[in-house]
Amino acid sequence: MHAIELDGVTKRWDATMAVDDVSFAVEAGSFVVLLGPSGCGKSTTLRMIAGLEEVTAGRVRINGGDMTDEPPARRNLSMVFQSYALFPHLNVRENIIFGLKVRRVESGERDARLRRVAELVGLDELLDRRPAQLSGGQRQRVALARAIIAENPICLMDEPLSNLDAKLRHAMRVEIRELQQRLGMTVIYVTHDQTEAMSMADRIILLRDGRIEQDGAPDELYSLPASTFVASLIGAPPMNLIDVADGADGAVIEGVGHVVTGGAGAGRRLGIRPEHIEISAGDGLPAALIASDYLGADTIVTARAGKQDVLVRVPGHRKVNNGETVRLSWPRESAHMFDAATGRRIGYADPPAAAIQSGPGADE
Amino acid sequence: MRQVYGWLLLTPAAILLIAFTHYPTVATLWHSFFSQGTAMRPAAYVGLENYLYMLDDEIFWKVVRNNALYAAGTIPASIAIALLMAVWVNGKLPLRGLARMAYFTPTILPMIAVANIWLFFYTPEIGLLDQFMRLFGLPSHNWLGDPDTVLWCIVVLAIWKEAGFFMIFFLAALQSLPPELEEAGRLEGAGRWYYFRRVTFPLLMPTTLFVLINATINSFKLVDQLFILTKGGPDNASSLLLYYIYEVAFSFLDEAYAATLTVALLATLAIIAIGQFFIMDKRIHYR
Repeated sequence: MHAIELDGVTKRWDATMAVDDVSFAVEAGSFVVLLGPSGCGKSTTLRMIAGLEEVTAGRVRINGGDMTDEPPARRNLSMVFQSYALFPHLNVRENIIFGLKVRRVESGERDARLRRVAELVGLDELLDRRPAQLSGGQRQRVALARAIIAENPICLMDEPLSNLDAKLRHAMRVEIRELQQRLGMTVIYVTHDQTEAMSMADRIILLRDGRIEQDGAPDELYSLPASTFVASLIGAPPMNLIDVADGADGAVIEGVGHVVTGGAGAGRRLGIRPEHIEISAGDGLPAALIASDYLGADTIVTARAGKQDVLVRVPGHRKVNNGETVRLSWPRESAHMFDAATGRRIGYADPPAAAIQSGPGADE
Repeated sequence: MRQVYGWLLLTPAAILLIAFTHYPTVATLWHSFFSQGTAMRPAAYVGLENYLYMLDDEIFWKVVRNNALYAAGTIPASIAIALLMAVWVNGKLPLRGLARMAYFTPTILPMIAVANIWLFFYTPEIGLLDQFMRLFGLPSHNWLGDPDTVLWCIVVLAIWKEAGFFMIFFLAALQSLPPELEEAGRLEGAGRWYYFRRVTFPLLMPTTLFVLINATINSFKLVDQLFILTKGGPDNASSLLLYYIYEVAFSFLDEAYAATLTVALLATLAIIAIGQFFIMDKRIHYR
């Protein structure tokens, strides 16, 4: 039995298809991130699980029971909204216990739970404040407290950190993940931020135009992207996608004689992560360094091969003399091949035989 | 120089305010301490004599009582109906635009036209109300001629006229509430009435206060319908304070006494408005 199961769930508004035949099942106690750019249907999917949005077709099952037509309150789940949705006229205490009051939980039990939850999220000192008197991070905690006090096994989160500044976001990320593991909650978390997804998720479901583009653990999406779309979304900076052309001895970059991979070039794209490329003096793809972006621990160097830019992650500080000519090289197993027309993965470029068989989520 | 500019900028507004608000107020207060002058006998200072006369004036007490009943009848009812209509037309509903327009129509009609429509409703024998009563075999009734019913006829008309106007304020306030709040409530299992009582209504309080003050002022100010329907009759059963002031000033031509009554009206309104602000303010959440 799965905590949540979506079976061919579809949402259509007149002519627009927001969510198109999405199916997945979530294990109890796991942290699943719905990731994708805005308008990909991730929030709509979450709202259909919550019951805030009607399902056009398909079924939603929660803990084995069909909940497709049940009202939100019957689904035994909590939700954290992007805007927090705190009641502005109620103080923190009343906001947190709002649901308990609705469900007539008796007051002794209510107070005990409130004390426990307030301590858990660090709000014990602020219970008498109004939301307007709190900082963004504190409001976020109130929203979290309201979600966990119900002791529902499932918690849905709709971009809960997008209104916080970068530093706080990192702290809350750690806190939410820790809370989820301590309480053993099943969390479905919507975000467009791949860093959040990579660092928090047990599993990422990446959506594009209302369909699932790839569904797997973070390292699967990183090491075996199913398409150029996934490749360009995961990783910071994302994977280099290089158009290749036919050459005499294999695929080449147009305007550069060097063979980058075996086989035909036309109609294929080569993908290499910036962190897998090395700048070397000896053998490799000739390229000219044109810019550098120093990040502290490393530097992102922009190299130009032919007419295409290739990003390279170099440890430490690397100064670039404009036009400096270098050679770029990478391990063979770090090069991915995609179909240029469909964007789908073809496989590793000229891969060692072992990688194809042992790689999880086998390629097409 | 800067001060001169400042005063020049203030002047147009100041002239209007002084000429049409402050001067008349002060002049009214001033006149209320004088007797009514005639061609033979100029007005003389009489101190509080006008006020003492007012306290002995049976008609004054009757219109004050009428006005209190009128306020008590129109204010809560029109606010409650306005809120109900606003919640109703704020939801998903076929022909919502038409419903909103229909509720708002009484507001844009002039009071005189409204009174004429309702005059037809209340007319004995041929009026809509009597025709309706006849369907159930009930006898004809002279609604506006009966001292027991006339005031309530006026009250109903005023509610009908005002509720649509107040609805607009509530509707605007409802639309400014973030929809996530309602979704959060639904997830927690709050029913519609529970959610309304604990979230919507408290968040609408600033609007309710505003509407309440307007409704109170209107219940003293809106007397146009009396001119068409009853002229305050029968036997002052439907006369309101402002209508009585008009009668005293322009029918009985006793301007001094009218000024006295006006001061009483202004004082009443000021006390009510101040009271509403001070009492309600403590209990209202402003965002």
